[in-house]
Amino acid sequence: MKLLVPVKRVVDYNVKVRVKADNTGVETANVKMSMNPFDEIAVEEAVRLKEKGVATEIIAVSIGPAQAQEQIRTALAMGADRGILVEAENTEPLGVAKLLKAIVEREGPQLVMMGKQAIDDDMNATGQMLAALLGWSQGTYASKVELADGAAKVTREVDGGLETVNLKLPAIVTADLRLNEPRYASLPNIMKARKKPIETLKPADLGVDVAPRLSILKVEEPPKRQAGVKVGSVAELVAKLKTEAKVI
Amino acid sequence: MAVLLLADRSGNIVSQPTRSAVAAASQIDKDVHVLVLGGAEAAQAAAKLPGVTKVIQADGPAYEHGLAEPAAALLVALAPNYSHLLAPGSAMGKNIMPRVAALLDVQVITDIAGVESPDTFRRFIYAGNALATVKTSDGKKVLTVRAASFDPVPAEGGTAAVENAPAAEDPGVSAFVGAEIAQSERPELTAARVVISGGRALGSAENFAILDKVADKLGAAVGASRAAVDAGYAPNDHQVGQTGKIVAPELYIAVGISGAIQHLAGMKDSKVIVAINKDEDAPIFQVADYGLVGDLFTIIPELEKELG
Ligand SMILES: Cc1cc2nc3c(=O)[nH]c(=O)nc-3n(C[C@H](O)[C@H](O)[C@H](O)COP(=O)(O)OP(=O)(O)OC[C@H]3O[C@@H](n4cnc5c(N)ncnc54)[C@H](O)[C@@H]3O)c2cc1C
Ligand SMILES: Nc1ncnc2c1ncn2[C@@H]1O[C@H](COP(=O)(O)O)[C@@H](O)[C@H]1O
Repeated sequence: MKLLVPVKRVVDYNVKVRVKADNTGVETANVKMSMNPFDEIAVEEAVRLKEKGVATEIIAVSIGPAQAQEQIRTALAMGADRGILVEAENTEPLGVAKLLKAIVEREGPQLVMMGKQAIDDDMNATGQMLAALLGWSQGTYASKVELADGAAKVTREVDGGLETVNLKLPAIVTADLRLNEPRYASLPNIMKARKKPIETLKPADLGVDVAPRLSILKVEEPPKRQAGVKVGSVAELVAKLKTEAKVI
Repeated sequence: MAVLLLADRSGNIVSQPTRSAVAAASQIDKDVHVLVLGGAEAAQAAAKLPGVTKVIQADGPAYEHGLAEPAAALLVALAPNYSHLLAPGSAMGKNIMPRVAALLDVQVITDIAGVESPDTFRRFIYAGNALATVKTSDGKKVLTVRAASFDPVPAEGGTAAVENAPAAEDPGVSAFVGAEIAQSERPELTAARVVISGGRALGSAENFAILDKVADKLGAAVGASRAAVDAGYAPNDHQVGQTGKIVAPELYIAVGISGAIQHLAGMKDSKVIVAINKDEDAPIFQVADYGLVGDLFTIIPELEKELG
């Protein structure tokens, strides 16, 4: 079966993001960019399914600027077979889901393995939206995925613990942190990935309108917390919590 | 036009995040209807929430476990009567509402932290490093609510009528298999007045248990950093942070946690923060009201004793 893995180019999680002085957004010039960490987990899961003989082909898709090629290459180096880049910027989850739907209809995967959340917009929405547009089942926040008999058994991280659902294929699964630990691509695999094909498309090629629905009125620095005081002992801490902060 | 709020349930009690979401919904419109999936008792509890004008109860096996596909279909069936559809930003709300939005051809706005007007909302991006104000051009608005940003309405005071939901089709593409929900005597993380969280420094699951004794004395919930959860010291649902739970208790005690931005995103709205760390330069001290530098393995037992 074919697997589709959407990977997003985002500001690396180690970067201390700064709000632009004119409050229109955050500083992204000359900032390290990486594959969204949850998408690395999704790629890893897809590659493992291929190694187990369950998946036959893995297609990595990114929607973003031309440089998102780099993130597709990373997915190819981890073990994906080919890539598709849809060149579009400032897309929202609904627009991304519409583009992914068009690609799903073209490629016919049985499973889309993606991240639960992009660490830039923190939306946590695209997988659920894609499942809705396709009329497919969804297994979000997955910490375990088993494929058998035309179904996916997905263990999900929910508020009080874990929940298991059985999804009819085709399905969308979104990865949570504990699904696996993504591998580092080896040098030979990075070399091999350079030869794997990447197709480039525009939203119009897929007949999709990605006009945003949201306008960002402003982006601000959140209120800063002031560092408080260091206390010298446990007794002092407890006394302060009782009499000064009055929280115990 | 009224607004419709999907309630989250923990057992038969309408959860605190739901009560925070009622507060958010009331800022949008005075006519707040609540949809409860399953559970007549929970529907009765929802009817008592101040500000709620009607409760719609949906019974039936498809709704019992909050599966996204049938729940979204039901919300879409109800949508024509509402200007806004909301849910708390719990695991359940986050799973269902984006699906509802896509079915309505609407861009969902998740985890709103503020209501500016019926079409303009504030939300955090980049792990809480930036606060965006966004205005939507969609006719219908589909939202989830960041509970920590809204004071919950009280559990009692309202007297709404309860009616039954119309029948909606179950797409029948998913089935509930089972759940492992931890039963704990302690308060729920997102509802607790005090939270004590441990990090990688705890070193093992056995060591992590030393926090329990302090938690018991304070009536606190126990949380964890991602590093502690990944290492298996604490269960997954204890994770506090950007991609875990967001908490805003009266008192948050971080023990052996360095204070990575992803962790801060989940707790920096707490009223009072205490940090215990042996590294005096740990970033957690930059947000702590009270910092204690030292070895947690001597400090925690002392703290337990001091609390009497
Ligand atoms: C996509 C993504 C999402 C993430 N989401 C989250 C999230 O939701 N929540 C989260 O917490 N993290 C998250 N992280 C991880 C985050 O970046 C940090 O790695 C993590 O928070 C570190 O955990 P820690 O503070 O327990 O460990 P460390 O950073 O290793 O800190 C341990 C601390 O303990 C102190 N210490 C050691 N021994 C002692 C002792 N005996 N007594 C006292 N102090 C001691 C040390 O000085 C140090 O400060 C995420 C990361 C990524 C990439
Ligand atoms: N521009 C994009 N290109 C590829 N995948 C994306 C893009 N945006 C979102 N995704 C996928 O959707 C997931 C959730 O993103 P979000 O809904 O934005 O939090 C990500 O982890 C990716 O797998």
